[in-house]
Amino acid sequence: MSPLGDGAVYAEFGDALDLELNRSLQALAVALRARSLPWIRDVVPALCGIALHFDPFHPELPAPVLEHCKSLIEECFKSASKFEDSGRTLEVPVCYDVEFGLDLTEVSERTSFSIDEIIKRHVKTQHWVLMVGFSPGQPYIGGLDPKLSVPRRATPRVRMPMGSVAIANAQTAVYPYETPGGWSIIGRTPLTVFDPARDPASLFAPGDRVRFIAISRIEFEELK
Amino acid sequence: MSLRIIRPGLLTTVQDHGRHGLRHLGVVPCGPMDPVALELANALAGNRSGEAALEFTVLGPEIEFGCDALVAMCGAQFDATLAGRALPLNRPVLVDKGSLLRAGRALVGSRAYLAVAGGIQTPLVLGSRSTYVPAKFGGLEGRALRAGDVLPLVPDAEGLARKRFSVLKDNRKNPSDVKSVAWSAPALTLPERQPIVIHAMEGRHHAHFDAAAQRAFFEATWKISPDSNRMGFRLLGPVLARTEPVEILSEPACLGTVQVPASGMPIALMADHQTTGGYPKIAEIAAADVPRLAQLAPGGTVQFARCSLEQAGELSRVLRQRLDSALRALAWTYGK
Repeated sequence: MSPLGDGAVYAEFGDALDLELNRSLQALAVALRARSLPWIRDVVPALCGIALHFDPFHPELPAPVLEHCKSLIEECFKSASKFEDSGRTLEVPVCYDVEFGLDLTEVSERTSFSIDEIIKRHVKTQHWVLMVGFSPGQPYIGGLDPKLSVPRRATPRVRMPMGSVAIANAQTAVYPYETPGGWSIIGRTPLTVFDPARDPASLFAPGDRVRFIAISRIEFEELK
Repeated sequence: MSLRIIRPGLLTTVQDHGRHGLRHLGVVPCGPMDPVALELANALAGNRSGEAALEFTVLGPEIEFGCDALVAMCGAQFDATLAGRALPLNRPVLVDKGSLLRAGRALVGSRAYLAVAGGIQTPLVLGSRSTYVPAKFGGLEGRALRAGDVLPLVPDAEGLARKRFSVLKDNRKNPSDVKSVAWSAPALTLPERQPIVIHAMEGRHHAHFDAAAQRAFFEATWKISPDSNRMGFRLLGPVLARTEPVEILSEPACLGTVQVPASGMPIALMADHQTTGGYPKIAEIAAADVPRLAQLAPGGTVQFARCSLEQAGELSRVLRQRLDSALRALAWTYGK
């Protein structure tokens, strides 16, 4: 359990991607939110832990806040019911053309797989949304073929094009907006990942199963 | 009932209390870089805390008033005029329809807030009017204001302005021709002599850095880089090296987190920061000191003073007390 300044705490339950742990964190988040504590602003389940963000100026902020959050999380961890995910599988169309997959050649060199083999391995496995973060609606998706696991790129890109599908550290991310990023881009989806006017605004939610579907450049334009 | 932007200034956006409760969807709160100044400006205009106002950055806008309005400008000291006369800062000012408010350069600090009685009425997006430029939503069309933009006010902005101004204490004793009052609210976040001193705690990954980097962070004088923005302040100074380059899984980050990418150049996360990140956190800035840091412009200098979590909590309590006593005094002038 570590403080993130005096406005948040982060409780870490592990340091490796684990679907079962991640699901229990989603359940923990539900239990924590159900407490409706006025000084807690956000409950953020992450890959291997959970963060509580609070208003450091709130008059009802308990002291010492770190110890208080610790016992709160312990209580809720015990009382949390099993996480019921949506049970849905999102099919995410991806155009893996090298025009979109800016780092396909680099990944191919690193993994010694041909580009076709990379695509085959990416669409073959079942993936899961483990966390949504960084920018609005951006999913961190586990379940990547371990042989495709590459580290972050040494020099991050200043701009990842909107819709970029990128891999790093045994995960896939989909970039909802043009933002900086250090992951290797292997393709692009035509889907709108986040739309504040849509309900729900975020296409991805933690617990969703994901399948990537390879589409052609023509299909990409049609779906856009 | 509206305001019209004649010249937009460097970066003028609509900001309110922020978009809370959606971080688990990657939605950052945004909101004012200096929430203390926004709260004072709203209180002076007779608004509830967190009402939407305009945030000016370094070079302010020129605004034409389409109606009478009660305004208050707080935060950085801008060289500002109203209808050609000096605009008094940190106090309520009654503006006549058709007047031009010109905010020139920030003389001390870098960000100011112009609150208008009733608040700016751009649409609510996910519970907030705050502009989030990276994702293009909130505020006016999710972007910084441009020349020609029209900002809606509440339908009874004029009535509200006159009613609120009439009950203010000493509203006729202001020596200038500007309709204001003889008193002002305190400026609580203006940067003192540089380098300013900002309190920070050791971050979660402090031990990942080598001894020289650990020392340098709290000893060096850091300069705010020109490529800083509302997302983060890049700090120019010694390169902070890690003992070994370990890949960290992305995890939650927050306002005031100081993270260090592979380049070794730290970034202090500000109002529009990403909700998660995979760079090691060398420090976390005390919440009470973030508004003062936000008042530094590029080129400004800062030193970090090590503090404990308890000391940071105490700084927050003290700031809250100072703000509360200022707000109580303002409530009294409104006869509340």
